[in-house]
Amino acid sequence: MKRILAVDDSASMRQMVSFTLKKAGFDVTEAKDGSEALSIAKQQGFDAVISDVNMPVMDGITLIRELRTLPNYKFTPLLMLTTESGMDKKVEGKAAGATGWIVKPFNPEQLLAVLKKVIR
Amino acid sequence: MSIDLSQFFEVFFEESFEGLDAMEAELLNLVPGEEDLETINTIFRAAHSIKGGSGTFGFNSVSDFTHVLETLLDQIREGKRELTAEHVNLLLKSVDCLRELLRGLQAEQEPNLEEAIALRIKFEQILGVNQAEQNKLEVTASPAQLALNTYQIDFKPHHHLFKTGNEPLYMISELAELGDLETQAFNNEIPDIADLSPDDCFLSWRFFLNTAKDESAIREIFEWVEDDADITIALCGGLFADDDTQITAPDVIEENPNSTSAPAVVNVAAVKPIKKGTAVKASTPAAESTSIRVGIDKVDSLINMVGELVITQAMLSQIGQQEITEATIASLQEGLAQLAHNTRDLQENVMRIRMLPISFVFSRFPRLVRDISQKLNKQVELKLLGEQTELDKTVMEKISDPMVHLVRNSLDHGLETVEQRLAAGKDPVGTVTLNAFHQGGNIVIEIMDDGQGLNTVKIKQKAVANGLVSEADELDDDEINELIFMPGFSTADEVSDISGRGVGMDVVRRNIQSLNGSVEVSSAAGVGSTFTIRLPLTLAILDGQLVRVAKHTYIIPLISIVESLQIDINKVSRVGKDLDVLRLRDEYIPILRLYSIFNHQGAIETLDKTLLVVVESDNQKIGLLVDDLLSQQQVVIKSLEANYQKVDGVSGATILGDGRVSLIVDISGLIKLSGLRKPGSQELIIESQANLEAS
Repeated sequence: MKRILAVDDSASMRQMVSFTLKKAGFDVTEAKDGSEALSIAKQQGFDAVISDVNMPVMDGITLIRELRTLPNYKFTPLLMLTTESGMDKKVEGKAAGATGWIVKPFNPEQLLAVLKKVIR
Repeated sequence: MSIDLSQFFEVFFEESFEGLDAMEAELLNLVPGEEDLETINTIFRAAHSIKGGSGTFGFNSVSDFTHVLETLLDQIREGKRELTAEHVNLLLKSVDCLRELLRGLQAEQEPNLEEAIALRIKFEQILGVNQAEQNKLEVTASPAQLALNTYQIDFKPHHHLFKTGNEPLYMISELAELGDLETQAFNNEIPDIADLSPDDCFLSWRFFLNTAKDESAIREIFEWVEDDADITIALCGGLFADDDTQITAPDVIEENPNSTSAPAVVNVAAVKPIKKGTAVKASTPAAESTSIRVGIDKVDSLINMVGELVITQAMLSQIGQQEITEATIASLQEGLAQLAHNTRDLQENVMRIRMLPISFVFSRFPRLVRDISQKLNKQVELKLLGEQTELDKTVMEKISDPMVHLVRNSLDHGLETVEQRLAAGKDPVGTVTLNAFHQGGNIVIEIMDDGQGLNTVKIKQKAVANGLVSEADELDDDEINELIFMPGFSTADEVSDISGRGVGMDVVRRNIQSLNGSVEVSSAAGVGSTFTIRLPLTLAILDGQLVRVAKHTYIIPLISIVESLQIDINKVSRVGKDLDVLRLRDEYIPILRLYSIFNHQGAIETLDKTLLVVVESDNQKIGLLVDDLLSQQQVVIKSLEANYQKVDGVSGATILGDGRVSLIVDISGLIKLSGLRKPGSQELIIESQANLEAS
């Protein structure tokens, strides 16, 4: 089973993402901010990481930058959840090593469709 | 796969309300010109989360509105725009507006968007967004590509592509889903094995795609790697474009217009109420929330305790199966002690789940005071004390409105204007203090202001005018102050929109009394007034002292007991007809005979053979005469009102270990009952002390 780490400070978004992915047959682990996600990611391996950008403690961009430096996450798809207004965030995210982005708002079907680009 | 999003709504609403509270608190801390980035960031994040969530869960009215808010905040955050006081005011209004919208959605009512639209227009004016421009953007959305076309796509990833986590293989299969795909791969760039870096990508591809989709669909596939590869997409003559494929085109046409025109429809709908067709539900939105958020650590410790309870139970049942000997009795006792310990821990922790710090209520007042003082043009400082005092959640929800009313009154009627204060030689800035603390089994909330105090002359005039009292009545100040709690009383010369909205102090008092609480006022002209709310901690499990009166067992709340003693008959004096007073150190303690209050026969009546339990309530001590002190134990309060009817002097009942019902003595009720104190005054007891000194 493919393992995904879902990171978002909003509980409802996290639950929605996690629930959708679980239904689609993924094994999902949740984290509520970048810092928590990073320490989880260091202990376990994941096939993909989906992270919000704006979070307290450690934001998504920093998380992606940190993850990308880890040997285990060299090729791992790292996706960020962003809003359409955050075009410069996409550029910043790419520079930090993000694989791609998912534009909010999205529905479960869109999430799974986008995920297909990097994990099957 | 269909997923019902509504299952996430409750969590979304809850966190959105929390986010709004956080926004509000941070906004109140903002001083334009000296804002710090973290505060702005926190506000931005809250708005951002609400926008993201509401968009995802289909609450477009909320997400559209939050969008403008977020844009403004983003500009401030990025330093592109300076924060002004106007921005703060507007943002605060938006918080209110969003809260209303969300409440409406939560109650599944049609949201009222007037306020939101008005605010949105203001934001757009600030942002300089031109409505016409927006419309233009919508129009320029490209029309559907209807016919089948063939594209030549050259895709040459840069060497580092794999390190972005992207996978060309998946992109190719995505391309294949768009139509007929022909693929050529080029491996001419692969270096010698000695120079080959396995992390890098050396392959490149050329595709011919025959599809009904337009170029943007293809671009979307490569969207994430645009900067990590050389991509050229060109429309070409017709590798596949023969007559057969053209014929299939009409099928596709039927679908496309719908999907491409959809964005325009959504934008129009967003301005209108989103649930147009649905009937407005008659039910009022539930003001009290039905769920409670509990820290995971509290739950963990509960589970831990239940675990210990299970172990103890296992231990006891093991003992129960053994033959009874000295040794088993000893370990049985040990086990029971353990059980008592566990039960108590568990109980305390379960209770703690329902208890929240009163800061949950207090936190709404900085905003309220700010808004009202602005409106009234008064300068006010709000002090919050005892914010960590814990209170049952249910009580907390119900006390909020009466408190708002009292604070409004203090601001409107109590505090003077700057000029008046200066003329009276006071600090131009008035102070309103909210204070909460535990006293006895109660929580006490005080609302104090240093304003002009209640105007007794005016109150009496008004009361006379309203026919509540007659001109001839001799009333002291406390009695006059009590009048404000009479139904239909309002002293404001003109009904302002701050206080006096037809809800009087009588309603405040009634609401508080319905919680088994009380509210009193004390006031001094020119110095200020204090409203004191007393509330039981309800749901309470009470630490009780069991006492015997004749053949009956009563419970005195342990927390109100000061001391218990044998009476020295020489120090007892009689005041008036039938009140005995004990001189205890420097105080005079009135003695109440429980047996006579509760009408029991057969109790010991001679003072020196009984015990006196000295208790305190409302800063007043009284002695209760009892026959004997029994054990102390925790008792669960059962409401008498719910099971029987209200009985004066008794706050509730409980069931003892042997199954008998025992009544819990209500100390302040007893004091009132025995006429030792008129409600709202402490005059009488002081008087009786004065009499005693005289005699």
